[in-house]
Amino acid sequence: MTYLDANATEPLRPCAAEAMTEAACIVGNPSSIHTAGRAARALLENARETIARALGADPLNCIFTSGGTEANALALHALGVGRRFLVGRTEHDAVRQSVPTQAPLEWLDVDQNGQIRLDLLEQSLAQPGALPAFVCLMFANNETGVLHPMAEIVRLCRHYGAHLHVDAVQAVGRVELSLLEQHFDSLACSGHKIGGPKGAGALLIQNTTHTSFTPLFVGGGQEQGRRGGTPALPSIVGFAAALQDALQHPVAYESLRHRLEQAARSLGAVICGEKAPRLGNTSCLALPGQKAQTQLMRLDLEGICVSAGSACSSGKVTISHVLEAMGLGDLAGQAIRVSLPWNVTEADIEQFIQTYTRLVAISTKTP
Amino acid sequence: MRILVAMSGGVDSSVVAARLMEEGHEVIGATLHLYTAPQQVQKGTCCAGQDIRDARSVADKLGFPHYVIDAEQRFQESVITPFIDSYAAGETPVPCVACNKGVKFTDLLDLAREIGAEAMATGHYVRRVERPNGVELHRPRDLDRDQSWFLFATTRTQLDFLRFPLGDMPDKQSVRHEAERFGLAVADKPDSQDLCFVHNGSYSQLVERKYPEMVGSGDIVNQEGHVVGQHEGVLRFTVGQSKRLGNAASLKGERQMVVGINPQLRRITIAPRAQTSMNTLTLREVNWLIDPPDQEVECWVQMRARETPRRARVMPTSQETAFVFLADPAMPAPGQACVFYQDSRILGGGFICRPNTEKPI
Repeated sequence: MTYLDANATEPLRPCAAEAMTEAACIVGNPSSIHTAGRAARALLENARETIARALGADPLNCIFTSGGTEANALALHALGVGRRFLVGRTEHDAVRQSVPTQAPLEWLDVDQNGQIRLDLLEQSLAQPGALPAFVCLMFANNETGVLHPMAEIVRLCRHYGAHLHVDAVQAVGRVELSLLEQHFDSLACSGHKIGGPKGAGALLIQNTTHTSFTPLFVGGGQEQGRRGGTPALPSIVGFAAALQDALQHPVAYESLRHRLEQAARSLGAVICGEKAPRLGNTSCLALPGQKAQTQLMRLDLEGICVSAGSACSSGKVTISHVLEAMGLGDLAGQAIRVSLPWNVTEADIEQFIQTYTRLVAISTKTP
Repeated sequence: MRILVAMSGGVDSSVVAARLMEEGHEVIGATLHLYTAPQQVQKGTCCAGQDIRDARSVADKLGFPHYVIDAEQRFQESVITPFIDSYAAGETPVPCVACNKGVKFTDLLDLAREIGAEAMATGHYVRRVERPNGVELHRPRDLDRDQSWFLFATTRTQLDFLRFPLGDMPDKQSVRHEAERFGLAVADKPDSQDLCFVHNGSYSQLVERKYPEMVGSGDIVNQEGHVVGQHEGVLRFTVGQSKRLGNAASLKGERQMVVGINPQLRRITIAPRAQTSMNTLTLREVNWLIDPPDQEVECWVQMRARETPRRARVMPTSQETAFVFLADPAMPAPGQACVFYQDSRILGGGFICRPNTEKPI
């Protein structure tokens, strides 16, 4: 099997497996005041320190969640009260579906490269007399890897007093990020996209964000009353270990991806978002006239794991809202996403190219 | 060989997959996502209906790949909308024929070819018989489960590629025993009832949403146009029906039946049973599973899903139309299928046109 679906989830890093196994054997609940509890608490706070520092945030404002979806939902719910939402059209469903139902909502268009239209963003922000804005834009797109012009976005948001929430689920561990230095107001991330275990994510908040905080659930008041429930210690500890490892051992994805894209292009594939700066590990390949579903099945039957669009719970492949928003028309239903994990090898890329080439050759033969 | 199995999540197609696995084939399961049931929307469960889950769990248990295919839009356009429009035209449609012909035996079959399958199998109860001069489609061994009538529109090219492993099963119980033998959780799953996309048992809601003018009571008239009674909605009626006519069921001692439906005027026309039957009918969208004949064919025709075939002669009038001469008069419902049989073999079939009002295409 050749696994090239990192943006869905990455293989567990050995250091994360080791750290989480160790944490799983700790008996205490981090909220307990006895020796066992304190031992668990120490591990938890250690992980918090590691993750917050790595992402340029204050550990006090690092809230652990069950993953990226919850971190995003918590941000919108807890920090967006009384604001109007400006949400990018290419955002992940974790954001698109989490906007509070009663809140005013405006969609932000992207250009054909998948980048936010800054002119339109400014137009929306500058609306006279409107509620203060809550802007949701992802750092890197999960389907195309496209990066928004974040420095400009930050400048605009600060100028108009908007809260900028950044879904950095795909970017964390793959690019350098700092909440404080880049002036994001909040940021969501997840452990399993960078080789950590599933079940842990975090919401980081800028220290200067002085908004009231309404948690999704209160429970026993964990995470300083901002996220109830016993934290998933093994997953959180694994997340911290994976993040450290990812930042210490960056992978030279670009050269591998370049080879892959060159081969795909020569076979007639269109690379979506190619002209924009992109995350190095992600490639979105559209084959004109070939349904994404069929490409996916054929690659899978040949042992290649990639994906298309965003899979819904039934597993059916739907037309990509991201590529639709980029104005790619029919190609929105004809693209697959290849995303390279931390342990990708040259042989994996070769395997993909060979199989993809064979499939394209067969489909051009079929009437 | 690599075979794609169209899996509905029911016991029949699950047993098909299991048997083909046992025979050593490379099985690939596919379940069409055709519609989103209203209760699923309410629960916010997106589209992972129970049937899809069942199909997937069978695939997981037996260890073959399974895929969910999005066919929602195609199903809406090629099955549900024509179904609704057909009712609005006063017909009694058979959506299963359109679904088998289009979504299943065209789209899914194309997909099967594209992924390199050499055949596609379904859980339909029909028999495919290979003869030296071609493949034939026959009624199944278990006549209680006969689905051949719904498959008349299958083309010979499609039939070449298709497999129906349940055609030889003696009865449904044997299929359930097979499912138990394979340890499938769906062994006791009840058979699907009625039309798959109709929820709460009422297709009239679907029709009424698009054609609100069809809602409500209306007149029952005789052939002279005199009002002889009232009805509670045209959608409760089919041409040829005698039920639900209330006091108009019998006039002057003569039993009456529906001979016409006008949905726009919400009017049901009735006539005495004895006078209404006809000997000839016109068919559209005719499909032949034999070499298209250039002269009359003596055969048996079946004009409803469950009825005894009648003697008839079928005369092709063009590539896609035919004229049927019934040996004994009958009252067929426009929109239903008229399928031609010779013993157990399907020769072909077509859809019944409205008399006089409809020109064959």
